[in-house]
Amino acid sequence: MQHGKYRFIVGFLAVPLALYTLFVIWPFIQSIYYSFTDWTGLSPEFGMVGFDNYSRMLDDEIFWKSLQHSLTFAVVLPLVTVGLALFFAFMLNVGGRRRRGAAIAGVRGSSFYKIVYFFPQVLSIAIVALLFQFAYNPNSGAINSVLKGVGLGSIQPDWLGDPDLALICVMVVLVWSTVGFFVVLFSAGMASIPRDFYEAALLDGANRFTTFFKITLPLLWDTVQSGWIYMGILALGAESFAVVQIMTVGPNGGGPDFSTIVLPLYVYQKAFRDGQAAYATTIGVALLIVTLAFAAVVMKLGRRERLEF
Amino acid sequence: MKTTDTATTGVGTPGSPAGPGPAVTRTAAPAPRRTAKAEGATLNVFSHGVLIIWAIMVVMPLLWAVMTSFKDDKSIFTSPWALPDRLHFENWSRAWTEAHMSDYFLNTLLVVGGSLVGTLLFGSMAAYVLARFEFPGNRFIYFLFIGGMSFPIILALVPLFYVMQNMALLNTLHGLILVYIAYSLPFTVFFLTAFFRTLPTSVAEAAFVDGASHTRTFFQVMLPMARPGLISVGIFNFLGQWNQYLLPTVLNTEPENKVLSQGLVQLAVSQGYKGDWSGLFAGLVMAMLPVLAAYIIFQRQVVAGLTAGAVK
Repeated sequence: MQHGKYRFIVGFLAVPLALYTLFVIWPFIQSIYYSFTDWTGLSPEFGMVGFDNYSRMLDDEIFWKSLQHSLTFAVVLPLVTVGLALFFAFMLNVGGRRRRGAAIAGVRGSSFYKIVYFFPQVLSIAIVALLFQFAYNPNSGAINSVLKGVGLGSIQPDWLGDPDLALICVMVVLVWSTVGFFVVLFSAGMASIPRDFYEAALLDGANRFTTFFKITLPLLWDTVQSGWIYMGILALGAESFAVVQIMTVGPNGGGPDFSTIVLPLYVYQKAFRDGQAAYATTIGVALLIVTLAFAAVVMKLGRRERLEF
Repeated sequence: MKTTDTATTGVGTPGSPAGPGPAVTRTAAPAPRRTAKAEGATLNVFSHGVLIIWAIMVVMPLLWAVMTSFKDDKSIFTSPWALPDRLHFENWSRAWTEAHMSDYFLNTLLVVGGSLVGTLLFGSMAAYVLARFEFPGNRFIYFLFIGGMSFPIILALVPLFYVMQNMALLNTLHGLILVYIAYSLPFTVFFLTAFFRTLPTSVAEAAFVDGASHTRTFFQVMLPMARPGLISVGIFNFLGQWNQYLLPTVLNTEPENKVLSQGLVQLAVSQGYKGDWSGLFAGLVMAMLPVLAAYIIFQRQVVAGLTAGAVK
């Protein structure tokens, strides 16, 4: 297979590599470089300022708020989403009543649930965010009308307008839209666990609780861990940007009194609204560090002996 | 979890020698069949309840949106949950024409169509070379590609904006296509490299011995063999690109070039002043229904495509 091999390799790699370098790698390298300048993004001239942007960032109250919110997202969202999804997936695949001689089965109608739960996953996060923005509307939204309908009319929260509630409201939407994906993902993982394991456990009289913690969870651990990281990266990155920017009030989003501002949104505002491109990239570098640190911590905490089966 | 626990205890004592479950008390040789059955019954009520509640929580907002899209503005605000007095189809036609939903659809189709073809073509070319050929730098290029999966896009966006501006690609559909392709390559290359490794080498070698060039072998032998992988990764990219919001928001601000998600958000912002909420809901549902319909029809393939990368 030597004839013309290198010409072929170069020919096939040239275009993809060029596109990737020009639009992905090069901007990443540039952004780290820009974080050491005073570039506004508007003029071609700029000077090096060393670590000025970084020290400014450490004094920036709004940066700390966005960092705090982003970290909350990265901790709470995977916890809730993965937890709920594990529970649902277990019910759908293992939790059912024994029937027709099968040792383990999902509850009745499990394939129907799997289809329905996945719905939000195929919708644009922008559409989901818009939909919930209407639902949360304090005066005429769907949620407060339901409260009124069931006789809780006295409780009419402002939802997205309430600085204490806004962040939770946004997180609920992200959970709503991602749980289905993990249910299906974990279901696929559970399907690959050999049935004899369950049969043996059931023979020993284990209940579903024990079965879950002693068999399902340990054997599913790799999938859970990668799901955890995936959810955390979503929660730190593009998805949180979209929901916060679209749903929450305030100039260009960010909630009342910056109560929902997150790191990616703050980068966007600094760069494209305030004309502080260099400072924006500095916050972006902080976001990169947080993301990588998050992945490293999850991998470190999640390290277990790998179970082969 | 807590409720499961009490439910189990309430039923009796499931005899579990395995031990450490909180609800388990040891009893001397219980009748395992009977207790298991009783436990199953209570738990089934509970678990079905929770599963049904979540199903309702998923479906209700979507049904609500469909219903609202057929109502007039006044009843949207006065009685959000009431059925429409009649089906206001004019909301839909107004959204389609006056609110430019037709333009947004067309733009999205063009951008996603172009970038999907490009992503699959360039992604499979790169993946094939990386999976099948030994050459200096192979590993490096592979890790360069897959490294892109873990970086936050937002960090690159600021310089990318100016790269696009300098190349006169800003606010153009073809510029957006190129960017979509570039940002789809990491996962596509990652997935397809693994896939090409699993394909048998003998067929490609036979074709090559028969005198086919490397290029011809790739297009006529390997690509057709890789079809299942291409479909999976194609669905993954299709949904991602169809639903993309961040990239067009920054790189494509020309009003007539907007894609669906971006156009809808823009509409929502301007509706705040014009007050055509029914039209906006019609637009939302219009954007929702095609993907939901496609998902229900190709449900298996979609799920396989979206979860393929994450399961071993």
